[in-house]
Amino acid sequence: MLRTLKQITRIGIISEPVPLTATERGERDALQEKIRRIYGRALCIRHVDAGSCNGCELEIHALNNPYYNLEGQGIKFVASPRHADLLLVTGPVSRHMQDALRRTYEATPEPKWIIALGDCGCNGGLFGCSYASAGAVSDVIPVDVTVPGCPPTPGAILSGILTVLNTPRAASVQESFHQG
Amino acid sequence: MDYTPFALDLETLPGAVPVRRAVVNSDKLRSVCTAVHQAGGVLHALWGCDERDRKSGYTLRVALQDAAGLLLLELQMNAAQPCFPTLADIFPAADRMQRATHDLLGLRAQEGDTRPWLRHGSWPADRFPLRRDYAGGGPPAAPQEGYPFVRVTGDGVHEIAVGPVHAGTIEPGHFRFSVVGEKVLRLEERLGYAHKGIEKRFETQPLMQGQRLAARVSGDSAVAFSWAYCMALEGLCGVVPPPRALWLRALCLERERIANHLGDLGALGNDAGFAVGLAQFSRLKEDWLRANQQAFGARYLMDALAPGGIRCDLDEANRRALIENLPPLVAEISTLHEIYDDHAGLQDRFTATGCVPPALARKLGLIGLAGRASGQSWDLRCDHAYAPYDKLAVRMQGGLQGDVAARVAVRFEETLESLRLCQLLLENLPGGELQLSLPPPTGRLGVGWIEGWRGPVLIALEPGEDGLIRRCHPHDPSWQNWPVIEHAVIGNIVPDFPLINKSFNLSYSGHDL
Ligand code: SF4
Repeated sequence: MLRTLKQITRIGIISEPVPLTATERGERDALQEKIRRIYGRALCIRHVDAGSCNGCELEIHALNNPYYNLEGQGIKFVASPRHADLLLVTGPVSRHMQDALRRTYEATPEPKWIIALGDCGCNGGLFGCSYASAGAVSDVIPVDVTVPGCPPTPGAILSGILTVLNTPRAASVQESFHQG
Repeated sequence: MDYTPFALDLETLPGAVPVRRAVVNSDKLRSVCTAVHQAGGVLHALWGCDERDRKSGYTLRVALQDAAGLLLLELQMNAAQPCFPTLADIFPAADRMQRATHDLLGLRAQEGDTRPWLRHGSWPADRFPLRRDYAGGGPPAAPQEGYPFVRVTGDGVHEIAVGPVHAGTIEPGHFRFSVVGEKVLRLEERLGYAHKGIEKRFETQPLMQGQRLAARVSGDSAVAFSWAYCMALEGLCGVVPPPRALWLRALCLERERIANHLGDLGALGNDAGFAVGLAQFSRLKEDWLRANQQAFGARYLMDALAPGGIRCDLDEANRRALIENLPPLVAEISTLHEIYDDHAGLQDRFTATGCVPPALARKLGLIGLAGRASGQSWDLRCDHAYAPYDKLAVRMQGGLQGDVAARVAVRFEETLESLRLCQLLLENLPGGELQLSLPPPTGRLGVGWIEGWRGPVLIALEPGEDGLIRRCHPHDPSWQNWPVIEHAVIGNIVPDFPLINKSFNLSYSGHDL
């Protein structure tokens, strides 16, 4: 126990300020205000792996390490889509995950945002479209923001999350998806 | 082992690892497999190829490891009735590989489980994507076909179904538990959700660039798979990469191993209720990845390797910086190792949990890191030390307990050993060229075989006539190890499953392809 406490105090708090410019910081604060106004609590994210190579997941994990202090930004990962405001979707969508992704999307309460993460989530990446891969996330559910990269860095994922709330909603797209 | 009684016509494939190939008939396939198994050998991979355009029906390939290296057995089947004798009674791990071979290519094992494995219904049961004349299309299949799980019945038995979308940030898969109270009576896995058609996709890739897709078979093993791909291709072309490139590849591979072990050690602490462990190890992992970014320009080395060599160089300043990072990390890990060892709560959760005793491990063919924690002493870096490991005298780590604690211990020891290797690689890094250009391939089959962090990964590569890949089969050790988890959890409590699963940390993507 003593060793553990010694280690904790020796390392101390290592969280870094998000490397933002003054204007970006202003935007971020406005966003946090918006999150508070809309939800009255932290922004809740649910990650869905729709068929990735698992590289993107490694960087989502990294986002939860002490350097990035995610919860300090008012953002947390939750265990169920029913508790989520935002879906973070990775991978080309495998045809075997298409249904599960759609159902997860439907289980997420409105208002909801969708981020397609990684080159694969954005456009199918190297896997493309095939008998087994449906390609981009936006071919299956409406997407608000895409974060490219293979895999995208934690910084890129974080700024994707911070900008998504400021992005005009793909409302008409969502309509047509709901009807379709 | 002596194959004289079998009168095998053994052909040695050129390349950096010892591979012998022999054509066999059905009877010989089984008798050689039995003999290899009895002599202590293991099954690595089993896959099929469509050779009808070459007028020779279909070929089944079975890759075994014996003391001398890889033994590749080939069975030719006629096009009208492609079936082969089951090997699952000799090597239980063959079962799912055989089922996948049917799903993708329509080659059927004559006995055993006939349920689909990788096919969930996204393509019809009578179409086979890996046949060369597969054109997609056909009648649309049901989006998800039902799957006949094995039912356990009895007083108080109930089922818990988990996935494919999980509560944490992990890959998709489905687990069906039959439990009484908290105790697991049976676990049945259903995988294949991440199947995205990688093998078929390979056939559209230029031969000289296939390492990029190989790196993405399982992102956590990008260096291992891209190296295996390059090794297979270099064998086909008869080229040995320059020493500096090989040493840098090994540096990348050991850095990948360390990054994954650091991540797992933290996650294992967390899954046993010790969040400090996660905070500390994820901090170390982040430092490690940032050093990658600084030295190689990327946190994850997805595209560092290239056929004939390596794409990223290491300048003198970065070489020094990487060396200087090593001793502090060794000290940090040693401190955390003591903290883990002293923590009664952690040890209580780790010890005797998810146990795979050596005899069971041998029977089921457990391999790689998890195998070494259960007394299965295989490590390609020692068994068939390809360059530059032939100069490094890697010390194999292992244990006999086969529980979560043993898999944690092997990770600690392998991390320290890999740090030692990094030191050797950095201090003795040869100068010279980084990449050679490759002449057109002369061989018909190349094999790459690399000890990744999880275990041995294999690439079998055939060049096409058009500068494209004809066939590429990537094999991740998760294939052998997933079925073992079904045994490891029996008799444990449901809340220990995440911990047991994490202690193996198998790839879904690398398995589902
Ligand atoms: S974007 Fe890259 S890291 Fe992410 S799933 Fe695709 S291949 Fe893997």
